[in-house]
Amino acid sequence: MNRRDSIRSLFLGSMAGGLALEGCVTEPKAAVEQKIWEYQYGRTPEEQAYDEKLLNEQFFDNSELETIKRLANLILPPNEEGTVEDAKVPEFIEFMAKDFPSIQTKMRGGLMWLNNHTHKTFSKDFINCSEEEQHQVLDQIAYPDPNSAEQKQEVQFFSLLRNLVMTGYFTSEAGIKELGYVGNQPNVWDGVPEEVLKDHGLSYDESWMPKFVDQSKRNDLAQWDEKGNLIS
Amino acid sequence: MQIIENEKQYDVVIVGSGAGGGMATKILADAGLKVAVVEAGPFFDPANPDQQTQLKWPYESPRRGAGTTRAFGEFDMAYGGWEIDGEPYNQIGESKFDWFRSRMLGGRTNHWGRISLRFGPRDFKGKDRDGLGDNWPIGYEDIKPYYDKVDKLIGVFGSKENMYNEPDGYFLPAPKPRLHELYYKKGAEKSGVTVIPSRLSILTKRINNERGICFYCRQCSRSCSVYGDFSAGSCLIFPAQKSGGQVDLYVNSMVREVEVNEEGKAKGVLYINKEDRKEYRIRGKVIVLAASACSTARILLNSKSAQHPNGLGNSSDLVGKYLHDSTGTDRMAFVPELMNRKRYNEDGVGGMHLYSPWWLDNKKLDFPRGYHIEVWGGLGMPSYGTGFNPNDLNKYLGLKVGGYGNQLREDVKKFYGSVMGMSGRGESIARKENYCEIDPTTVDEFGIPVLRFNYKWSDYERKQARHMHNTFEEIIENMGGIVLGEKPGANRDYGLLNPGRIIHEVGTTRMGSDPKKSVVNEFEQLHDADNVFIVDAGPFVSQADKNPTWTILALSWRTSEFIIQELKKQNI
Repeated sequence: MNRRDSIRSLFLGSMAGGLALEGCVTEPKAAVEQKIWEYQYGRTPEEQAYDEKLLNEQFFDNSELETIKRLANLILPPNEEGTVEDAKVPEFIEFMAKDFPSIQTKMRGGLMWLNNHTHKTFSKDFINCSEEEQHQVLDQIAYPDPNSAEQKQEVQFFSLLRNLVMTGYFTSEAGIKELGYVGNQPNVWDGVPEEVLKDHGLSYDESWMPKFVDQSKRNDLAQWDEKGNLIS
Repeated sequence: MQIIENEKQYDVVIVGSGAGGGMATKILADAGLKVAVVEAGPFFDPANPDQQTQLKWPYESPRRGAGTTRAFGEFDMAYGGWEIDGEPYNQIGESKFDWFRSRMLGGRTNHWGRISLRFGPRDFKGKDRDGLGDNWPIGYEDIKPYYDKVDKLIGVFGSKENMYNEPDGYFLPAPKPRLHELYYKKGAEKSGVTVIPSRLSILTKRINNERGICFYCRQCSRSCSVYGDFSAGSCLIFPAQKSGGQVDLYVNSMVREVEVNEEGKAKGVLYINKEDRKEYRIRGKVIVLAASACSTARILLNSKSAQHPNGLGNSSDLVGKYLHDSTGTDRMAFVPELMNRKRYNEDGVGGMHLYSPWWLDNKKLDFPRGYHIEVWGGLGMPSYGTGFNPNDLNKYLGLKVGGYGNQLREDVKKFYGSVMGMSGRGESIARKENYCEIDPTTVDEFGIPVLRFNYKWSDYERKQARHMHNTFEEIIENMGGIVLGEKPGANRDYGLLNPGRIIHEVGTTRMGSDPKKSVVNEFEQLHDADNVFIVDAGPFVSQADKNPTWTILALSWRTSEFIIQELKKQNI
């Protein structure tokens, strides 16, 4: 019985003695499992099996993936902040096509439309067009008509792809750094920085100040008087 | 099918391990009783690294946080959702009730918003005010001592405000508001809308030596690995075990029915072990149901016997009736002054740092009962969806929308943190016509008949939702923001979300002193079987414009003390 199975049987068994499990689940993550699992983020056994299944399937063929990669690089050209390849955007899009089957036809059809279009205009696949030719194509499909409730298929396709590229990038390590998000780590919140408050012409009400945490006393055990006033 | 007998005889068998079941476990085990907790989902401990999602980055997942497998995004700590494979439910006619279930130790307390509000004196006596619904058989003074004890045991931050219907408690200090919350405060106060610090069960200060203190990652919805927020497993059930309580956990165990003896008293429960799919019996002197309002109603209605032919506790024919959820509708705003923000760590606690409790007098309004306003926004952690429609907001600035190239990077950075939102959460009127019942046409994968729902909003709720949007728009204008999206009209019920969406469903086994008009008495004891108690939100006579959890906890504590007394007196 491998480690995952042993945990599974304990969790799924008819009776689990809560705390007794601790010893088992904190075992070092040694090479108990044959397959090294890239994604460790608290999956249930069922979710993990589903992820593995999707990761072992392939939806886009290689030429489709090449086109997606090229398009992603046109949407977000590489710069010193980060690239779509570093952000694993093509891999992410491949995964989402399997995770959200409802986008499959729109994506595959959109890629076909793109090549049909460039064949008519330039007599070659999109991927073989010059950068200038590729820009010409995108200029026609990258701007939804703000006055229309209905957008053409190719515009919808490009918007979907752009959304996936943008979210793929800004949820990557490089993208998060570029965005300037600095949280997701233990810290002590003590309010909006003074200079930011000043920039916005805001301040904390004097009358509210006594209600707030005194972070120097956060470790002192809470105690109250009989009227519910905090006295520690 | 052969039933597998459990040799143990328990003092109490508790069905469900969320807020109500967790509290009953703690109080009853601390009193020395032998307790079995039967939970439909797996064991869960937020400190278990194999189950933990707290502090994970979106890129640690192949889908970057998308909500394919969990309704609120895949890092959210609820195993289950609106739909669960193999556990269907149905609707009657046009009814659209959405039923959220979380199958795990601790239930929905692992992901909830931690908004921990006491019901006030008026909330127990709604009928006295407007003639609608019914009064509770108890009042604030009956439950106040238990709210006090819950505050001290579990911990809740807030501030003393001396507002009659928003009773103060034993609060931990509140965190300072975030930037967008200060904008909200400015806008709301200009409209005469009260704004006070939030009241959330998150430890901003040490409350005991077993639990850690909040380290401000804003991820309470992922359940805290240092137990800095309230979840029933980490704050009630584990402590009950640690202090030497006789608590046996039966996980992945789906209760089908409560069995009764010849006198019609409960003697135990039958459950299906999801692992081997066999049927088991556990016996107990007292049965405490805490499976959630609708699941408990389902168990009772499926517990038919010669003694209780209409289902256990259902001589009144009211089990499943008076189902009601909070009203809810949301609106978003773009605040141009929040563009190009300076970056700093603004995570804070898992939820808003301030909110608006109900501030008006219904006598001057065209709907009964109130609502509170929740606020959201800020420099949050990116997740699936961040960067979608990267520059749609350009249309408000007279700039071009769409395009490609590195300008898009600048657009995303420009707008990051400039959109915020408000959610109204209000009180609906409990009505007999809104109910769940057994659907004889359908079983779940364990062969257990499932529920079907009949729930329709009335004009009371629709008009309340309309008022919410009017308020939101006024506040947004006052704070210099631009209202996003169309104002929902009558054709969309003024944006009122489907019943069930706010996940505050209550009322299916309501309490009262008249056995013909209620299912349980004021101690949440079945009128029809005195050794069966219900400690989830089923016994609520009316939902207030508050979140139900703190009241579930206080009532469960009160009921558990009653059970201990009655066992001592050998009354049950």
